[in-house]
Amino acid sequence: MAEFWDGYLWPTVWTVIKVLAIVLPLLGGVAYLTLAERKVIGSMHLRRGPNVVGLWGLLQPLADGLKLFLKEIVIPTGASRGVFIIAPMLTLILALIAWAVIPFSDTLVLSNINVGVLYLFAVSGLGVYGILMAGWASNSKYAFLGSLRSAAQMVSYEVSMGFIIITVLVFTGSLNLNDIVEAQRGMWYMFPLLPMAVIFFISVLAETNRHPFDLPEAEAELVGGYNVEYGGMAFALFFLGEYANMIMMAGFTAVLFMGGWLAPFGMDFIPGPIWLILKVCFLLFIFIWVRAAYPRYRYDQLMRLGWKVFLPTSLIGVIFYAGVAFYGGFAPGMQ
Amino acid sequence: MVVQALAFYLFAAMTVASAVMVITAKNPVHSVLFLVLAFFNVAGLFVLLGAEFLAMLLVVVYCGAVTVLFLFVVMMLDINFVELRQGFLQYMPLGATIGIILLAEIAVVAGGWHFAPEAAKAAAAPIPAIETMTNTHALGAIIYTDYVYLFQSAGLILLVGMIGAIVLTHRKRAGVRRQVIADQVNVNVADVAEFKKVETGKGV
Repeated sequence: MAEFWDGYLWPTVWTVIKVLAIVLPLLGGVAYLTLAERKVIGSMHLRRGPNVVGLWGLLQPLADGLKLFLKEIVIPTGASRGVFIIAPMLTLILALIAWAVIPFSDTLVLSNINVGVLYLFAVSGLGVYGILMAGWASNSKYAFLGSLRSAAQMVSYEVSMGFIIITVLVFTGSLNLNDIVEAQRGMWYMFPLLPMAVIFFISVLAETNRHPFDLPEAEAELVGGYNVEYGGMAFALFFLGEYANMIMMAGFTAVLFMGGWLAPFGMDFIPGPIWLILKVCFLLFIFIWVRAAYPRYRYDQLMRLGWKVFLPTSLIGVIFYAGVAFYGGFAPGMQ
Repeated sequence: MVVQALAFYLFAAMTVASAVMVITAKNPVHSVLFLVLAFFNVAGLFVLLGAEFLAMLLVVVYCGAVTVLFLFVVMMLDINFVELRQGFLQYMPLGATIGIILLAEIAVVAGGWHFAPEAAKAAAAPIPAIETMTNTHALGAIIYTDYVYLFQSAGLILLVGMIGAIVLTHRKRAGVRRQVIADQVNVNVADVAEFKKVETGKGV
């Protein structure tokens, strides 16, 4: 019996504690990201943003959450009930499980697996199911159109993202996220791979359905898109999932191109996790900045950008950087 | 080992159950969603086998790309369920034949292991051993060296298939105004707009 406790139960309990230590701050971060977005966009518009609930509006996310929690969840007639209920849960769960592989420091990672990059890529690709299921199960044409757009958009941009990830892998020779971070000790990949990093960031905007690519929502034409039939906590789960997804993809970008938990300029006295959080916050600020600065793309232009601009560019990038790595002797095992 | 065994039976049972649901679900969209669940559980089985690269690839390629396109098509179809059920008996013999052939093939493989236990051992032991090399390195070392021509020609076949599908379905429609992005980008303000100082109360 003691063996059972030591072998299985205590490790399980310990893992659950670690999971909670990641997920709870993350959910807090999601709540305050919504406030940060409103505040930042407010100041870019020369407004104040939310400033009534609590000091400087700091309690606004709690008030919003409470309001959504108290609302009734309406399931439309003709909706496919099971799918309708599962869809928002799936969206949030997928945004949360991705954090299992993100390294916060050389030892601080929940699961240091060999195929971390592929895992993140797979999880972010699965996000489309939450949206597709929601759109289809709602039995409403606006929701359905929104979800179809989103499916096409996410699948398109994933292709170029895959190629860009390959350029990073050419230099590291490992799919392990901690190895990728360690390989950036000399220089962040953002600098030698700048064009790739920019295309990756724009693809991330499209993948997370953010401005200027938020066609699935497009409130002006689709009254809110795939989640138009959802209310109360079901809507809140979508909302949380979307913002958690933003944070997750910002974390992925930080690990791939900005050295993850590595401290810049040898400032090691500040611990790694804080550096990772700072980099994620910087990327999230750009997410919000882009939303305030750019108008929305038209749908055909969005598809054109994905297939006719980004895909060829990233393909050429793969060939170019593979050549640089091979002839410059930067490829793993050649130094 | 208890936990591994439990995980195996969980994934295996879920795979079989969702595979059954794929063919018994009344709604084709539900069928596709159960197919995704089946893929997911098979990926779990791959992880238990130590083939994490294959597991992730299965999720990325099949769940993330192929099934999404599949779902895309199925959701847009207008399907008459009564008609579908009428066709059941008609297609039953064909489906049953394919099923029986697959079952017989599995029986032959498993039977071979029964007669030659060393073959089963060879199949069970990965080359090179998992401890010495990661999945990804091992697969790359095989695919890009010994089998590079086969691998590349498999890719070419897929490319040709894709181009063929596009050529077959693409049609030129008359009277469609196409956008020329380069022209739009190269437009000068002076060519398309004129600034005039309009006096108050006069008009242009």
